[in-house]
Amino acid sequence: MSVFIDGDTKLVIQGITGRDGSFHAREMIEYGTRVVAGVTPGKGGQTFGGSVPVFDTVAEAVAQTQANTSVIYVPARFAADAIFEAADAGVELVVCITEGVPVLDMTKVMLFLREKGTRLIGANCPGAISPGRSKVGIIPGQICAEGKVGVVSRSGTLTYEIIHQLSTNGYGQSSCIGIGGDPIIGTNFIDCLAAFEADPDTEAIVMIGEIGGTDEQKAAQYVADHVSKPVVGFIAGQTAPPGRRMGHAGAIISGSSGTAAEKMDALEAAGIGVMKRPKDVVPLLKERL
Amino acid sequence: MNLHEYQARALLKAAGVPVPDGDVASTPEEVERIAREMGGGVVVKAQVHTGGRGKAGGVKLAKDAAEARAVAEKILGMTIKGLTVEKVLVAPAAEITSESYVGMIVDRETQRPVLMVSPEGGVDIEDVAARTPDKIFKLTVDPRFGLMAYQAMSLAFELYDDLNQVRQAAAVMQRLYTAFVDAGASLAEINPLITDRDGTVVALDAKIAVDDNELERKPAIAALRDQSAEARSEVEAREAGLSFVKLDGNVGCCVNGAGLAMATMDLVKFYGGEPANFLDIGGSSNPEKVVTALKIIGSDPNVRCVLFNIFGGITRCDDVANGIVAARSQMSSELPLVIRLTGTNEELAVKILKDAGFSALTDMDEAVEKAVQVAMEAA
Repeated sequence: MSVFIDGDTKLVIQGITGRDGSFHAREMIEYGTRVVAGVTPGKGGQTFGGSVPVFDTVAEAVAQTQANTSVIYVPARFAADAIFEAADAGVELVVCITEGVPVLDMTKVMLFLREKGTRLIGANCPGAISPGRSKVGIIPGQICAEGKVGVVSRSGTLTYEIIHQLSTNGYGQSSCIGIGGDPIIGTNFIDCLAAFEADPDTEAIVMIGEIGGTDEQKAAQYVADHVSKPVVGFIAGQTAPPGRRMGHAGAIISGSSGTAAEKMDALEAAGIGVMKRPKDVVPLLKERL
Repeated sequence: MNLHEYQARALLKAAGVPVPDGDVASTPEEVERIAREMGGGVVVKAQVHTGGRGKAGGVKLAKDAAEARAVAEKILGMTIKGLTVEKVLVAPAAEITSESYVGMIVDRETQRPVLMVSPEGGVDIEDVAARTPDKIFKLTVDPRFGLMAYQAMSLAFELYDDLNQVRQAAAVMQRLYTAFVDAGASLAEINPLITDRDGTVVALDAKIAVDDNELERKPAIAALRDQSAEARSEVEAREAGLSFVKLDGNVGCCVNGAGLAMATMDLVKFYGGEPANFLDIGGSSNPEKVVTALKIIGSDPNVRCVLFNIFGGITRCDDVANGIVAARSQMSSELPLVIRLTGTNEELAVKILKDAGFSALTDMDEAVEKAVQVAMEAA
């Protein structure tokens, strides 16, 4: 088992003929993901990589191939529309890799997704991977290993760093979910913690947060109340000055909330093993498993 | 991107919010001329991207044009929280009979725009929220319908007893919402919203923060960017597509990805050093980006060592290696580099670097520890 994506994931790639889309389409196919369709308006009828049919619309792609998941690589100015289109076409899960979606667009997207019952991961995220089963997004497959640790993170390359630590020390992963660094995201820590808690093949959870907002504090409370599996956590941005945006739109400390120290205290208080540096993930997991 | 008060006032005025006259000036002579044309007392306000201007002495009343000039001579050029005042706003001194707060934000929790008002205006709203949370009233807006009149009225009744003022305030809220959406803002606030001697509701001060992701589709808003209000290195970085924040330490950091960049800064501190900057070279990096990044970091005189921490995913390690080699050949200084690369095309990158006389590490902790040590020895 795994969470959100597995061997039954049938993927449609929005923006499959673009620079990023085509590169990652090949990577996902090579990893073994069931890529059943691509969408690029105006390129319907073509074939990608000799086997994947390309459609003009997501609705056609879903009707023809029964795709149940979409991944989005279109430029930022088209990304919100692409999410609406995917949800309207009836896929269950949309993963939006694109960075730079305006937050006011996201306020409308989220209302629409709730009505349709569609889950969104992202935007501005590396996607998800269930090692050995399926990869949807851009997490490098070769750094992952099959195993029992669930990983959820707001970051991209920092997630790779921690996955790398896990894999090279014998801790494979059930699923790794990059939820994204924007202020409004489709899937948050609590959604992932609940899914990992329910997944019989996940034995421990690693959560990677950063400065800004209060999602980590709420997640910590959720762990204290609802999660029986061991959890270890990391918070990036201990040295970040207040009021400055650290790359991610969400990574800004305002007022008294959202500092790394505050988040680390909340994690600690919930019984979560708090890493001081990425490397600590291995000894902390070892203590708890 | 933060707008200056005078820019935010202009956007609100265009949306129909009553805003007193005002003009912006960058010399004491201009201030004097504007004040003379206005007649009577004026207020001179520093235009910098930070709060607490009043406490820092950046907001002063003047009874006539001559005093306005004298006040402007003090304010122009002063430094408030590290920012030099280049411009001031000159506005007629208002007679205030009450002060409220009205603000629009995008709320992460409800994932919608939220209208927030308080009868406690003219002070920091975060202080009001901490001290007297019952004096803050909120309303979640459905972005598909916008802020409706009855909703604005319901909050306006929390601010005023007089029905005429309630109606005026409700109209201000709806227009503020329009300006908020049109500017692509993540925050738009009026603090204080005052009633003047005649009982008219007027926006005395305005603040707008624009969502950077909106700038591409709103060129008129993007044109409001004041580059003089930012560090030159940060402007240069943004133009090159890099995300950069200058800090005070001596270990320069060049990293791919915002989270890893923050974690790298934290690890520098963990090993007893101080990071000189946050720098994210972004996803699909080309060698030129690395050249610019190294140039920007190297221009900081505090920097004693530059640490590269690259985890290749979309970013190819060989691209970064080529960038480092190219940058080094163009640079005059002999700034020591500590390079850590792992992931996509790692072997190729190590070979490129070795051939050019560099050594590369693959472990993050080892690299950071070494960079801190090199910086200490060079300091």
